[in-house]
Amino acid sequence: MDMNQYLSMFIDESNDHLQSLNESMMGLEANPEDLSIVQVIFRSAHTLKGMAATMGFEDLASLTHQMENVLDLVRNNKLRMQDFIFDTLFKSLDALESMVEDITGGGEGKADVSAIVASLQAIVRGEIPTAAGAAAASAAAPAAEAPVFLDEFQYSVLEQSLQEGHKVLYVDVAIRKDCQLKAVRAYMVFDLLERSGEVVKSFPSVQDIEQEKFDHSFSLYYITQKEASEIQAMILNLSEIDKVTAVALDQESLRQMGQDTVAATAEAPAPVKEAAPVSNASPASAAHAKEDAGKPAPARTGGAPSRTIRVDIERLDVLMNLFSELLIDRVRLEQLASEVQNTDLTETVEHMGRVSGDLQNIVMKLRMVPVDTVFNRFPRMVRDLAKSLDKKIDLIVTGAETELDRTVIDEIGDPLVHLLRNAVDHGVEGIQDRLAAGKSDTGTVNLRAFHSGNHVFIEIEDDGAGINPQKILQSAIKKGILSQEQASSYSDDEAIQLLFAPGFSTAEVISDVSGRGVGLDVVKSKITSLGGNVVVYSTQGKGTNFSVQLPLTLSIIAAMLVRLGTEKYAIPLSSIVETGIVKQTQIRSIHGNKMVEFRNSHIPLVSLSKIFSVPDYDESTEEETEIVVVRKGERLVALAVQDFIGQNEIVIKNLGKYLPEVQGISGATILGDGQVALIIDPNAFIK
Amino acid sequence: MAEDIKVIVFKLGTEEYGIEVDKVQTIERMMPITRVPKTYSFIKGVINLRGVVIPVIDLRGRFGIEEAEHTDQTRIIIVAVNEMEVGFIVDSANDVIDLNQDAIDTPPDVVGGIKAKYLDGVAKIGEDRLLIMLNLSEVLNKNEIVQLESLEG
Repeated sequence: MDMNQYLSMFIDESNDHLQSLNESMMGLEANPEDLSIVQVIFRSAHTLKGMAATMGFEDLASLTHQMENVLDLVRNNKLRMQDFIFDTLFKSLDALESMVEDITGGGEGKADVSAIVASLQAIVRGEIPTAAGAAAASAAAPAAEAPVFLDEFQYSVLEQSLQEGHKVLYVDVAIRKDCQLKAVRAYMVFDLLERSGEVVKSFPSVQDIEQEKFDHSFSLYYITQKEASEIQAMILNLSEIDKVTAVALDQESLRQMGQDTVAATAEAPAPVKEAAPVSNASPASAAHAKEDAGKPAPARTGGAPSRTIRVDIERLDVLMNLFSELLIDRVRLEQLASEVQNTDLTETVEHMGRVSGDLQNIVMKLRMVPVDTVFNRFPRMVRDLAKSLDKKIDLIVTGAETELDRTVIDEIGDPLVHLLRNAVDHGVEGIQDRLAAGKSDTGTVNLRAFHSGNHVFIEIEDDGAGINPQKILQSAIKKGILSQEQASSYSDDEAIQLLFAPGFSTAEVISDVSGRGVGLDVVKSKITSLGGNVVVYSTQGKGTNFSVQLPLTLSIIAAMLVRLGTEKYAIPLSSIVETGIVKQTQIRSIHGNKMVEFRNSHIPLVSLSKIFSVPDYDESTEEETEIVVVRKGERLVALAVQDFIGQNEIVIKNLGKYLPEVQGISGATILGDGQVALIIDPNAFIK
Repeated sequence: MAEDIKVIVFKLGTEEYGIEVDKVQTIERMMPITRVPKTYSFIKGVINLRGVVIPVIDLRGRFGIEEAEHTDQTRIIIVAVNEMEVGFIVDSANDVIDLNQDAIDTPPDVVGGIKAKYLDGVAKIGEDRLLIMLNLSEVLNKNEIVQLESLEG
């Protein structure tokens, strides 16, 4: 079976399961007595294990298996959840996540998880006396360490062999400590054994032994016709072997060693016979899960069958491209029809216009992804942060179902992480400070997403100490961002927005998490580059609110088309405040800069024709000039143009890799007549 | 015996140039070009090639040869190199020939005023035709353009 075709499905599903594991664990942490959550976690872990084993990602499968062992004890009321168990389980989830990430990146999902496995095993051992001791005693297994555990399949193979009159041996081999090539010696032992019988199971797994991942000794279950002593002598004949003990098992001792410790291995269809390198080979895994071996991994845990399909994002991009072609043709057709003035043609074109309008909506919706895909990692992040900072914080997420275009979603994660860390680290006070301020010891961070008009807002609000504007002003003066006089004219609100100024930080002590203000300028520029905006509101003593405004999509925008001589340009509607006409006499010159009056204040007038050296237009020869007032944050600029052509939906295309960054131009679009029009980047004109 | 390669032949003035056929996407007639402000004079602007916006370079301008009026013969050769799609305006393009790689010599120091680094070599076809093979990645080298800018500035 070619696994590659299932790989992407595996990755998607694994991520889903990891996510639900994370969520459920958080739920359980809040509600440790709720065993139904443990059931959910267990099922998810179990499915993940099965999938991983089927795909051959053994490290992943074995770690999940260890988690399952712990969870199984919990759900059977044999173990109470405690903090360190949660921590260990969360650590395991992190490790699983990085493995899946590795697989996503084309790796094999390998990772050294021995430490986590050891602590998981310790948890299992610590609470429940393992069957190992008893079994070892009754079987007279020589080594102090516990015997190898068998899964149901292996157990039944051994049992059957006994019934058929074969001998089942438990063999423990120690190689001399000074042996240089212990893997080779081990191989020779296996080779020798395979000649007169069959190795059913070994610890460590054959693979680990081959890679020298063992410590001078290994043990195995062996089916043969020969006597134990005979085998012992044979192995001892090899050089550099320190000690060999071979114990013949009967039904009873096998049952004792095996049955209590039958491991739940849903992945049993893997090649078990060859001393399977499958997951459950570990010394003290007192696995108690009694799942049906060989049960195929269920696609989803519980719930109604999903009514969605996964679509490769590249196909959606192709669809989007094709659709933009159609949109361009539609506009062209509309133009032609209006010239031809044929009623039938006009009606058809109008109909086509409506259909393609609907189509456009649907195509856009296909690309919409709930912000949940970004939000879902935050609860865990906030939990960890709060823990490391010794704070108590409730994260309340609302509006996670709000949808945004995937292109925006992809970009928004990092800025949000930054703002959230900021809120947790600097927004919410420590427990003592909160109590002193007469608040409850648990801080609240609200993460909200909602639609408003053509935008999506994401707000991060904390009920912490708020921001002190005076402190910010002082800090800004100290850093040379402001002069003393400038600072005195700043309102509190303006002062707080200084947080976004480049190189600003008010943190007196910069913790390892984040400094308030550190990198906020980067957050701001990232969001601005997406065509969005971020502002901060703060009330001292009550809290701080970062509000991020984002466009729904990046690929189709509404724009105003303008003419400069024979050239046409598009100005994104989102940054246009208003359009108007000014008379030549209304244009003033202040310090050599042209200014026009706009709503009782003077704003700069930028001559697009000069900046772009337009060959056949110059507004200074005209009596009246059309202006487009554009905004970047609070600042306004008037752009002088010759004519307004009208408002249009345009498909953004980039200028290709060859052209260097063109100042003032953010891209291009194709107009109805097939001509290319450049899209003006209004931000470039506002300093 | 080295392999034969297929070469698109085009003209700038009296000289004949060659580009390997697998780097050429299409050859187009002149079409409306939208000027892009604040770029080099040899970048004529961008065209709409079946829905894709592609920058167009006047190859004469790029090589520092005096630019010529566009005629019926003028063509835009669309090439794709290093994930860049660019159109070259050339005087004419109407030949595809098979060229044996052995026939390509290393370029002499000076050929028709064009810097040798833009050239991959010079091939002799028949008795009296010389074909200048272009080194496209040098022609489209952006680092050099930046340098050019600082010189002009």
